[in-house]
Amino acid sequence: MGLVLTEEQTLLKQTAREFIEANSPVSELRRLRDAQEPAGIDRKLWAQMVELGWAGATLPEELDGMDLGWVEFGQLLEECGRTLTAQPLIASIALAGECVLRAGNDAQRTALLAPIARGEKLLALAHQEGPHYAPFEVATRATANGNGFQLDGSKTLVLDGHIADHLIVVARSSGETGDRAGLSLFVVNPTAAGVKITRTVLIDGRNAAKVELADVAVGADALLGEVGQGAEALEAALDRGTAALCAEMVGSMSAAFEKTTEYLRTREQFGVPIGSFQALKHRAAQMFVELELTRSIVLDALTALDEDRKNASQLVSCAKARCNDSIFLIGNESVQMHGGIGVTDEEDIGLYLKRARVTQFTLGHSAHHRERFAQLEGF
Amino acid sequence: MSDLAAFQEEARTWLDANCPESMRGSAKSTEEMEWGGKRAQGRTDDRKVWLDRMASQGWICPRWPTEYGGAGLDAAYANALNQELRRIHAQRPLMSFGISMLAPVLMEYGTEEQKLRFLPDIASGRVAWCQGYSEPGAGSDLASLQTRAEDRGDHYLVNGQKVWTSYADRSDWIFCLVRTQPDVSKHDGISFLLFDMQSPGVTVSPIRLISGSSPFCQTFFEDVEVPKGQLVGTLNGGWTIAKRLLQHEREMISSLGGIGSGSGDEKRNGPIEIAKKYCGEVDGRIADPIARDQLAQIRMDERSFGATLRRSAAEAKAGMPPGPASSMFKLYGTELNKRRHETLISILGAQGLGWEGDGFEDAELQETRDWLRSKGNSIEGGTSEVQLNVIAKRVLGLPD
Repeated sequence: MGLVLTEEQTLLKQTAREFIEANSPVSELRRLRDAQEPAGIDRKLWAQMVELGWAGATLPEELDGMDLGWVEFGQLLEECGRTLTAQPLIASIALAGECVLRAGNDAQRTALLAPIARGEKLLALAHQEGPHYAPFEVATRATANGNGFQLDGSKTLVLDGHIADHLIVVARSSGETGDRAGLSLFVVNPTAAGVKITRTVLIDGRNAAKVELADVAVGADALLGEVGQGAEALEAALDRGTAALCAEMVGSMSAAFEKTTEYLRTREQFGVPIGSFQALKHRAAQMFVELELTRSIVLDALTALDEDRKNASQLVSCAKARCNDSIFLIGNESVQMHGGIGVTDEEDIGLYLKRARVTQFTLGHSAHHRERFAQLEGF
Repeated sequence: MSDLAAFQEEARTWLDANCPESMRGSAKSTEEMEWGGKRAQGRTDDRKVWLDRMASQGWICPRWPTEYGGAGLDAAYANALNQELRRIHAQRPLMSFGISMLAPVLMEYGTEEQKLRFLPDIASGRVAWCQGYSEPGAGSDLASLQTRAEDRGDHYLVNGQKVWTSYADRSDWIFCLVRTQPDVSKHDGISFLLFDMQSPGVTVSPIRLISGSSPFCQTFFEDVEVPKGQLVGTLNGGWTIAKRLLQHEREMISSLGGIGSGSGDEKRNGPIEIAKKYCGEVDGRIADPIARDQLAQIRMDERSFGATLRRSAAEAKAGMPPGPASSMFKLYGTELNKRRHETLISILGAQGLGWEGDGFEDAELQETRDWLRSKGNSIEGGTSEVQLNVIAKRVLGLPD
């Protein structure tokens, strides 16, 4: 039933952990940030990940992928999350890649996805428009004209948007903002006339961009699937991207928790380790409980996606809400328990707090997912 | 047809013929189930019939050896039997502290004579047992218990008092922690005694809770004589046995319904139907978005908890050692149950404030009582604070 990793999955996870520990400790994120690295990722590290097959992890073999499942993908992301490793896995493969895989025709899939698997190109999905995640609140307009379409609108929080070779843009062909029906998916060249991409510098040092589309002309072959019927592929992609982000969050909050309990064991004040104070013991135990529950539901959600279970979307929303709440607790408690050094830039724990905040609001905060869960469950 | 398949088919036939209709489908509460013994209360004919029939097959404790009252089934056969029981939604024929708590430690620490003497009556439900652990002065600090057992040659003389003794007023025997050596450190002077609740000197009085009447009792011992053959394990070696038994107790609490593992289909949609009734319904959805949000949180927590229980079970099945997650089941399950009742009672609003009588439906009054009773969940069987201590020490290795 998938709640225990198989031998192969465990081996994949161990290999990933060794690779990340050797090549991308948390000091690497700090280095990228301090150097203001324009790409926001380490291209060399990405090339190594490509070598390991990560770039095509969930893509089918006929597109040069590894045909792994979402549980496996989740293990890779979890290990990256432990050291806050900047990588375009979620944006390129889970979010944008799944849109192409599900809505694109054979020619589009081959043209767009095979280069992803080989590490030659990157994709990004431009879907969100307002400050709050709402997949169907799309006002960006797609107007059909003679040769293709014209796109107008703006997108925010486009993960890895400024390094993408192609953007997958969600635009509305019909209906009102908020309608699920009427959404279309387009492949947009970042260098096309009318496209303006602005990298946003976020607190976590990771990649996100704002995208403006002013009279952007795209050909008929830029459309993925049918006009106005992109919601199904979009939702499936968002579910998988969300589950993958959850896995990354489990890694980050686990590492933050481990650093904190280590600090509790070693930091002495008043002649004793501060971990001997019952109040801190209880708060640490609470964090542990949250972490275990989170780990279980995330694994359940990833497994449900692999098994195509009917309630997979409910479990993804369940997982994201719990990840949000747990990482909020662990992120904040971790800083607090580190005392004064917890709020210094020099100490790593603050980096975990900042990343925690961004992940809480990427792909849906808790209230959004509670509402979605209730809707899917029929109440 | 294999032997296993033949067994399963025979079991199915036997169950179809022998499980009364009223014994199919969940009981409303554990208090309405059959607890066995000679002093059982509220027993229906069907409950007795079902108990006796299953006992005669050795199927109340099917995996126990036949000389102890079981059917000697191995895991595969027991699983097959379970499938057939589930198929007809058969109720558990017996709720028993003897089975869930005493029997495991008897098997581990008892003499063969004791096993042969006590286990068959446990497995048949002929003898109902209660637990003599906590005292007014020894709750979380159980080892500080003071009930004395003095050596009087061929017997022990027991004097003292126990509290929170569930079902003492309808139990036949008691397994009891007593102090047999007062002048050593508290853990080293404790013994584990078994004795008859009908012995001269034993008196019982029920404890009323904030939720009304309860199965809990105070139990008083005045010069109770206990034959020495009823000491389990070694003299003054009872603390080890006591701790083992507490582990079994925690497993039992976690496995009961009402701990949020998603038991009982009837119960699962209950809160949603309640919310629609008391908050209104629009297009098939709960009209109050805040109530909906709160219920969504409860349901989602149940999913996460359920996934954690299943993960733990899967790890055990895969032969992995018990993971750290198992130490938080009682803690999380009970706190979740309390939150669930808090959410429900607030949905009921003024209709959730009734104690008894006119102006309230039975279901409303029941929910109010259940909400009050749930306050005890995070206290009994090891308080939440004690559970957090255990996690901090044993799992996280935080220093004393």
